[in-house]
Amino acid sequence: MRISLRNGRLIDPAHGIDTVTDLHLADGHVVGIGKTPDGFSAERVIDASEHIVCPGFVDLCARLREPGAEHKGTIASETRAAAANGITTVVVPPDTDPVIDESAVVELIRRQAGAAGFARVLTLGALTRGLGGEILAEMAALKEAGCVGVSNAQVAVPNSLVMKRALEYAASHELTVHLQAMDPWLSASGQAHDGQVAARLGLVGIPVAAETAAIGRELALIEETRTHVHFGRLSSARAVAMIARARERGLPVSCDVAAHQLHLTEIDLGRFDSEAHLLPPLRTMRDRDALRRGVASGVIGAICSDHQPHQADAKLDPFGMTEPGASALDTLLGLTLKLVDEDVCDLVTAIERLTAGPARLLGIDAGHLGIGAVADVCVFNPQAYRIIDAGSMASRGHNTPFFGWELRGVVCHTLLAGCPVYHHDEL
Amino acid sequence: MTPAMIQLSADGRLQHFLTIEGLQRKHLIEILDTAETLSGVAERRVKKVPTLHGKTVVNLFFENSTRTRTTFELAAKRLSADVLNVNIATSSTNKGETLLDTIRNIEAMQVDMFVVRHAVSGAAEFIARHVAPHIAVLNAGDGRHAHPTQAMLDMMTIRRHKGEFANLRVAIVGDVLHSRVARSNIHALNVLGTGEVRIVGPKTLLPADAEGLGVHVYHDLAHGLRDVDVVIMLRLQRERMSGALLPSAAEYFQQYGLTEERLALAAPDAIVLHPGPINRGVEMDSAVVDGPRAVILEQVTNGIAVRMAVMSIVLGNRAHPQEDFA
Repeated sequence: MRISLRNGRLIDPAHGIDTVTDLHLADGHVVGIGKTPDGFSAERVIDASEHIVCPGFVDLCARLREPGAEHKGTIASETRAAAANGITTVVVPPDTDPVIDESAVVELIRRQAGAAGFARVLTLGALTRGLGGEILAEMAALKEAGCVGVSNAQVAVPNSLVMKRALEYAASHELTVHLQAMDPWLSASGQAHDGQVAARLGLVGIPVAAETAAIGRELALIEETRTHVHFGRLSSARAVAMIARARERGLPVSCDVAAHQLHLTEIDLGRFDSEAHLLPPLRTMRDRDALRRGVASGVIGAICSDHQPHQADAKLDPFGMTEPGASALDTLLGLTLKLVDEDVCDLVTAIERLTAGPARLLGIDAGHLGIGAVADVCVFNPQAYRIIDAGSMASRGHNTPFFGWELRGVVCHTLLAGCPVYHHDEL
Repeated sequence: MTPAMIQLSADGRLQHFLTIEGLQRKHLIEILDTAETLSGVAERRVKKVPTLHGKTVVNLFFENSTRTRTTFELAAKRLSADVLNVNIATSSTNKGETLLDTIRNIEAMQVDMFVVRHAVSGAAEFIARHVAPHIAVLNAGDGRHAHPTQAMLDMMTIRRHKGEFANLRVAIVGDVLHSRVARSNIHALNVLGTGEVRIVGPKTLLPADAEGLGVHVYHDLAHGLRDVDVVIMLRLQRERMSGALLPSAAEYFQQYGLTEERLALAAPDAIVLHPGPINRGVEMDSAVVDGPRAVILEQVTNGIAVRMAVMSIVLGNRAHPQEDFA
């Protein structure tokens, strides 16, 4: 299909482009910017004036809930939600049921994603078999099957020797290891940041040290193994500082943050609001501000959704009995644009953290719109607002701490390899 | 949402009793004054008043506690209410029923008040948010969060001995981290304008950022007890006596156990409270437990009056929503 997007403000951070122009797509690729290529005749012209045209977003962590928890969401329902929010690539951690520790599960996910056709679904294979933290997963086979990295999801690998060997083995196969740093003992049965709010509400605290102790150990191992490690979903100022120092020292590490961590703090737990039950927990204003500075400076290379849709029941219990996590595909763009409104960073940087940034960390060819690039495109109206509620959310999970918030940025078109996968008629 | 909002009606009257946090001095004084009035009931030949005649109170205990349940039961019966005891620690939630389903079921029995104890912080408040509007919820202890009637019976006991709170120094000693009693007492003491509230314990048993609760923090018992007028000892759960929180019950007693020698550091007329059950020789020496300064049995007696007061105030507010609240 040949499509021209006319008069949009094209923002392609990978190429330093921010200009009002036309974008021409054919056979799933970008074939022209500005001037119509010779011999090109568009089958469809989309008027993108007053809109932003940018690469489709790359989300480094989204749980689609299939296989294993289809009552919360399916690959079809959640990739449809991704498309509705301009997200064209999602990375799935391996904590599905069954765990992504064998090729068959990778194949199953690929098939379901292909059948749905709304977004690219990339998988992280398990680092250890069954995420058990003891026996290495068949990482080479998982890579062969298509995994873009390996991870133990939110499950710790307590044994440092196993972790060292897992890092060495992953490095042997040039696999990036995605870790969510959480010391298993310091976070055991934890419910909230170990601070004033937890003290007041009588919640079990998770100290910052749960994150930094784990990062400290992994950095020591990375010094030895030189494995490329990506630390996902940072939550604390000290963690950002540790990663920044490690990068200055030349260690092959990177990190991301979940969008909600850039806007909420422990205060948002209010009176036991289970929608704010998240892991890692919401921390202090100081931590939130350091995470924001990390996004602005580039120490934090990507903003992800950390999408965890739930059925309504999962949040209908006293705080400590509820399942952690937020349905977050619907708020990723709005919360990222809010950073621009709050002078955290400029628009091009914000879009970079959703596109070229995460693509680079994954080592995949995505998140940019140069000539010849795959035409994964998001067109959104930056002046329109949406209210986050059950009616406006595309995800099957309506669990969000941002319920009722008015967020800027409404996606109008999402193209996957040049094909429209989502279209929203504006009033 | 502020804590006061759910337990107070639009005109600021107590609808549920979930936490001391967010309540005003007038609320606490009303409870204390009502409890004083009702404490006379126990001295009558017929220990009953008809205040809650025709009302049904359900003791909904998701965590075993004979003692607290008994005092709530007695309080309800002295107010002439019908009482139903439901022990769920051993029943339906183990069969996979959700908390809300359990609530819905008992709610359908047309009852008027739930007295809730639950091992998870926030449970009573959760139930209050989801229960039918005509049902009042009393928190009889939720996780580490709150035990407001215990705090009020402690306040009643302190007020009977000391009068005003403004000039008092109060030390809360022991396992504050896991204690709903401590949290509720800290709020109550602060709302009542207590001169100084201290918490005393090893760092392993105190919450992070404890100063934010409005207390002075001490790790040394001798320093913490100096010149205090009231000592509130906390219970130490057996499973916490030896492990990563504390090396042994013996060392705990040595460092934080209340003995007569240590009590001598406090003001000469200092009183000693404990929510019970006491581990003699762990939190307190028997000589103190049985000595003249301990007011532990008075606490138990006052507990019934305080629970009667809270029940009658809350149901009274619901019966006459138009009356002005002084």
